[in-house]
Amino acid sequence: MNLGIFVEQVPDGDGPWWQSLASGLEWTLLVSALAWIVAFILGSIIGVARTTDRPWMVRLASAYVNLFRNIPLIVQFFLWFFVVPGAIPPVKRWVVSADPVTYQLLTAVVCLGLFTAARLAEQVRAGIQSLSRGQRNAGYALGLSQVQTYRYVLLPMAYRIIIPPLTSELMNLIKNTAVAYSIGLTELFFRTREMGEMTFRYFEAFGAATVIYAVIAFASNRAMALVERKVAVPGYIGTAK
Amino acid sequence: MITDLDFGEIGRTLPYVMAGLQYTVQITVVAAIGGTVFGTLLAMARLSSLKPLALAAGGYVNLMRSIPLLLVIFWFYFLVPVIIQSITGADRPPQIGAERSAYITFIMFEAAYFCEIMRAGIQSIPKGQAGAAFALGLGYWPSMRLVILPQAFRNMLPVLLTQTIILFQDVSLVSLLNVTDFVGAATKVAQRDSRVVEMYLFVAVVYLVLCSILSFGVKRLQAKIAIIR
Repeated sequence: MNLGIFVEQVPDGDGPWWQSLASGLEWTLLVSALAWIVAFILGSIIGVARTTDRPWMVRLASAYVNLFRNIPLIVQFFLWFFVVPGAIPPVKRWVVSADPVTYQLLTAVVCLGLFTAARLAEQVRAGIQSLSRGQRNAGYALGLSQVQTYRYVLLPMAYRIIIPPLTSELMNLIKNTAVAYSIGLTELFFRTREMGEMTFRYFEAFGAATVIYAVIAFASNRAMALVERKVAVPGYIGTAK
Repeated sequence: MITDLDFGEIGRTLPYVMAGLQYTVQITVVAAIGGTVFGTLLAMARLSSLKPLALAAGGYVNLMRSIPLLLVIFWFYFLVPVIIQSITGADRPPQIGAERSAYITFIMFEAAYFCEIMRAGIQSIPKGQAGAAFALGLGYWPSMRLVILPQAFRNMLPVLLTQTIILFQDVSLVSLLNVTDFVGAATKVAQRDSRVVEMYLFVAVVYLVLCSILSFGVKRLQAKIAIIR
């Protein structure tokens, strides 16, 4: 064990290794945040679509979830990164002219966003379906339209109920960003490997990454627990005090 | 638009790619069985009244679950030879290669996930069952083996199988260690012959079909074994 390695300079880089890992962490957090926004919006739409009374919407949304849950994440990365530009010439022309880093970031956000959306959709659907039928009917009885019933009655409850599973999905997303290493995005795992390969200090490099990922997991867990307490609905099991 | 695709490539390289799929299936089966065994032991440790044991098991499970699988795969790839060396006292770390270390990696990684499933399973058994077993004079191990675990296992079977489908997909990550699993084999062919589009589409379709069938099977099983309470 030699912690001095972290302050040693990166060969042909500017700055020590700890800075290299920190910049990797920034990319990990950036990709996670952008992909989470995509996943949250898209996942909510798809999850809601699966609970509506329109059969075509339910089928379309189910097909989406099945498609994105039954293909490994790394294969999805390859599909977006290699197959889409390879099969569609206009995309290829754009990719060739685009900045490679921009293209990696875009691929990672789209890929992780759509992948995580399928998982969030399942949680949103489960949350809505866990509500008693009376809630929806009460909304209609008040003269609310279907959209209004979702907006004011069902979703505010459903989101609160699914905060714990959403927490684990957020943590999964952050962990999954490591797979973006496969397309060369310089996120935390990429920087960790690079440090190991160039210094042969695998223990120190992987150890540092393990600590960082564990801290992120712990921090997001605590943050979501805070949110959960803030928005808890009185009278439900699991409501803290 | 798409003119120069050659799907005959898939047919020509099929034996090689299928050998990769076979490796993926082997890892999945071994890790699912090993993970269930170790996961069940871990779950029992986590629920143990011996505080140090429960803490150690909990720490292991939480650590495994909070870091990316890719990092775990690389950790074990470097650690397993060193650990074997320290056990056998050899002069230098044995060359076991990524193909074989992956078995250990996935057993140890999945054990953490299966542990949480089995823990939920054990906790779902009414307290009276354990009480009845003790009243019959069974000790801790017999009551676990004959009363608690069979029921916990039955209740959790669909979840265990769903986790196994996820494991089947996760094995694809070893391709980043240059292992010739299903994705690794496809990658090697794709790069050699510049047939990236065909090969990855093929891989995606095979995974999609296999996992869809398996998920459907799990759903059927779930409906069949559900205990009406």
